[in-house]
Amino acid sequence: MRDLLDFAGWSKPDAEDLFATADVMAEVLRRPVKRVPALQGFTVCTAFFENSTRTRTSFELAARRMSADVVSFAAGTSSLAKGESLRDTVETLVAMGVDLIVVRHSASGAAHLVRRFAGVPVINGGDGARAHPTQALLDAYTLRAHWGELSGKRVVILGDVLHSRVARSNLELLPLLGAKVVLCGPANLLPQSLSGPNLEVSPDLDSALDGADAVMALRVQRERLEGGLGVSLPEYAARYQLNRSRLDRAGPRALLLHPGPMNRDVEISSDLAGDPRSCVLEQVHAGLAIRMAVLYHLLVGKKERAA
Amino acid sequence: MKRKARILEADEIHRALVRMAHEILEHNRGAADLALIGVHTRGVPLAGRLAAQIASLEGSAPPVGQLDITLYRDDLSEIATQPVLHRTEVPFDVATKHLVLVDDVLYTGRTSRAALDALIDLGRPRSIQLAILVDRGHRELPIRADYVGKNLPTSRNEVVKVRLYEVDGGEDQVELWERP
Repeated sequence: MRDLLDFAGWSKPDAEDLFATADVMAEVLRRPVKRVPALQGFTVCTAFFENSTRTRTSFELAARRMSADVVSFAAGTSSLAKGESLRDTVETLVAMGVDLIVVRHSASGAAHLVRRFAGVPVINGGDGARAHPTQALLDAYTLRAHWGELSGKRVVILGDVLHSRVARSNLELLPLLGAKVVLCGPANLLPQSLSGPNLEVSPDLDSALDGADAVMALRVQRERLEGGLGVSLPEYAARYQLNRSRLDRAGPRALLLHPGPMNRDVEISSDLAGDPRSCVLEQVHAGLAIRMAVLYHLLVGKKERAA
Repeated sequence: MKRKARILEADEIHRALVRMAHEILEHNRGAADLALIGVHTRGVPLAGRLAAQIASLEGSAPPVGQLDITLYRDDLSEIATQPVLHRTEVPFDVATKHLVLVDDVLYTGRTSRAALDALIDLGRPRSIQLAILVDRGHRELPIRADYVGKNLPTSRNEVVKVRLYEVDGGEDQVELWERP
């Protein structure tokens, strides 16, 4: 693995190797001293051209837990045009001697573009509606912690699938691991052309939830509903908001995932806060272990490439 | 690489471990507050065997943990291949314990240095001692073993190969090989 942009070219053993490393990192995070010297001498840069406190904090803490130096570049959304400016910024950061760049950008494909001229490993921390691979990895890792194995499990991804990079990355990763993915949401928020052996589309939430092993509720932006799509919030909530009685259709052992931050009473009702099926805080914890594992895989043992 | 000599046979390894178990008990005046930590890969079964010996002498086995020192290596920014990580499992509180760190070969001392750092991050043990099956010399750090199965003078172009049935299958043995 040279970069982590999406899951193109990935196989199940690639993911399993990463999960095994994440298991080791999770043990580090349980120690009294939650820090190992593994990445001493490496500098990790988070270059976020779009706001995200959670993801950036998680990457930076993961790097620090492994003793890497961290620099963070937060661009205001205003002054930076795409193209040349992005390139100038990245080349400047690389000239400062960073060993890896985590990039987040509102434009789909930005991470691939950065990879072309960075000359150091690039992690896609989310690009437009395209991909957010570490989120999908931490989702899968969270499910694996409960089930051991994802094969044969049924995972419902609910909400604004069309605009969600989280959904897209999970669509790539979960079927690779043997899980069946059911996409559910209003027809105009679902991708039009999508097919695969472990993929199903259901416009009806109740039937999607029957027999589901996990439900992943996506963020739904109120502006997007009421603006371009002409769906009112009450209409959306009536058909697609996840609440306790709906989750009960999936059963007492179903798991609830959410990439955060939650819009309470939009995509998910407040009565699910604190529900024992919720894995939201486990996801946050898994994110640290997964990101530590990704940093280890991209940085350690790559000396000959740099030479 | 060519084989130069058979250093230890299975029964000699066994006798060395029995003696080391006695020495550990003598030095610590019994097995109270004693715990063993095996360093991946071959230190892990050696720690288990020492614990079994101690159990047969004292009636109860000391707790055993396993340690992977990869994340504490001092060369991770320089190497060209990525080491596979193994699980560290220390299922007891090290703060109350006299720890015996167990490994197969002591050479430069860098692995033991890394293991000491790792152990101290797990808590503050009362003491740490070092038990080694083969000490081959050539230390690059001020590290010495408290319990040694076999002292073996070597040259730097020689390789000490330890085979243990738990890890490698077959019969236990220690051999000396030479690089071309």
